[in-house]
Amino acid sequence: MAAGNEVSTTYYIQHHLQNLTFGNHPENGWSLAHSAEEASEMGFWAIHLDTMGWSIAMGLLFIWIFRKAGKMATTGVPSGLQNAVEMVVEFVEDMVKGIFKGHNPIIAPLALTLFVWILFMNTLKIIPVDYFPVLFSKLGVDYMKIVPTTDVNATLGLALGVFGLILFYSFKVKGVGGFAKELSLTPFNHWALIPFNLLLEVVALLVKPFSLAMRLFGNMFAGEVIFILIAMLPFWAIWVLDVPWAIFHILIVVLQAFIFTVLSVVYLSAAHEHH
Amino acid sequence: MNINMTLIGQTIAFAIFVWFCIKYVWPPISNALHERQKKIADGLDAASRANRDLELAQERAEQTLRESKEQASQILEQANKRSAQMIEEAREQARAEGERLVASARSEIEQEVNRAKDELRAQVSYLAVMGAERVLEASVDEQAHRKLLDELAAEL
Repeated sequence: MAAGNEVSTTYYIQHHLQNLTFGNHPENGWSLAHSAEEASEMGFWAIHLDTMGWSIAMGLLFIWIFRKAGKMATTGVPSGLQNAVEMVVEFVEDMVKGIFKGHNPIIAPLALTLFVWILFMNTLKIIPVDYFPVLFSKLGVDYMKIVPTTDVNATLGLALGVFGLILFYSFKVKGVGGFAKELSLTPFNHWALIPFNLLLEVVALLVKPFSLAMRLFGNMFAGEVIFILIAMLPFWAIWVLDVPWAIFHILIVVLQAFIFTVLSVVYLSAAHEHH
Repeated sequence: MNINMTLIGQTIAFAIFVWFCIKYVWPPISNALHERQKKIADGLDAASRANRDLELAQERAEQTLRESKEQASQILEQANKRSAQMIEEAREQARAEGERLVASARSEIEQEVNRAKDELRAQVSYLAVMGAERVLEASVDEQAHRKLLDELAAEL
């Protein structure tokens, strides 16, 4: 492989893994980043427009579909969309009933939202990696990474939302004292071991959102990279690897959405536990 | 961003993937959906059937109740009628008995009267004979005039 080819290969991969970033560039001010370097120079004060747009679009799609099904819902034999939506709702409800031991009417809708939203965002991955970047480059947009869950900002955002709820319900159900006691007196119920307990429990608590975010991001990002690598094969050979990988991703897409949801419910269930 | 054959290659792959989904992924999902639909339809059917059965049973129970009520009232009516009849019969019997008693008393009285009359008649004939004896101052042969006297007595 020639040196030029290698450069273009690297460029191709980097290009596909670069989000459309809008931010405060030290030289250009508030603008769209035209390269990965510019994007990283923007630092924290930047926003991935593609991640935001596609995730919001998927969220709206979820709301639209489920609201439509809810509005035309009948008590008779469900057909088509209503049937499918009911099946998903039932699935999530059963899961929450099995895992969540406390009583909180927020949890089931939250789990449904997480599951379907992440499922929709993950499903975008099935669309061939070049379709949207090419389309948007024709429209003058340099970068377009359509799968929000391959952006750690999106997954960490979701996980922080769940983390906020974990903290909120921990304080609400156990009270400040109860929560502090849980953090300081478990697993070893002895005053001399309070610092050790505290270290252990705080780390365990803080790791929760990161494990949620990293698991989803890692799986999706790795899958995306493989798709991009497969896309660099000769065009007549792409399908040989691309099709099995896509089929495998039918499983991954559902599984990762499911795992994220289940773990969120498990964490929230633990937040509701009295000691 | 260049358009090249990669796009064609991905499209081929995508087409194959879509075909695979239509062929192998969609049918199980569709089956599950249909099964769920069927299960719900069956459940609703069973429920409505049970409802209908309940309605029928209720109707039947009501009918039985109505019939038994009717029967009870019929029996009551019959009993009433029978008791009235019995009272009537008893009354009739009592009346007949009374009448019979009255009749027998009457006939007894009549007999008594007749007997008194007979006695009276016998005495009257005796007195008449006595009277006649006195009048005639001769004894009338009782044997000879017995028949005549009897006739006289019978005429009284």
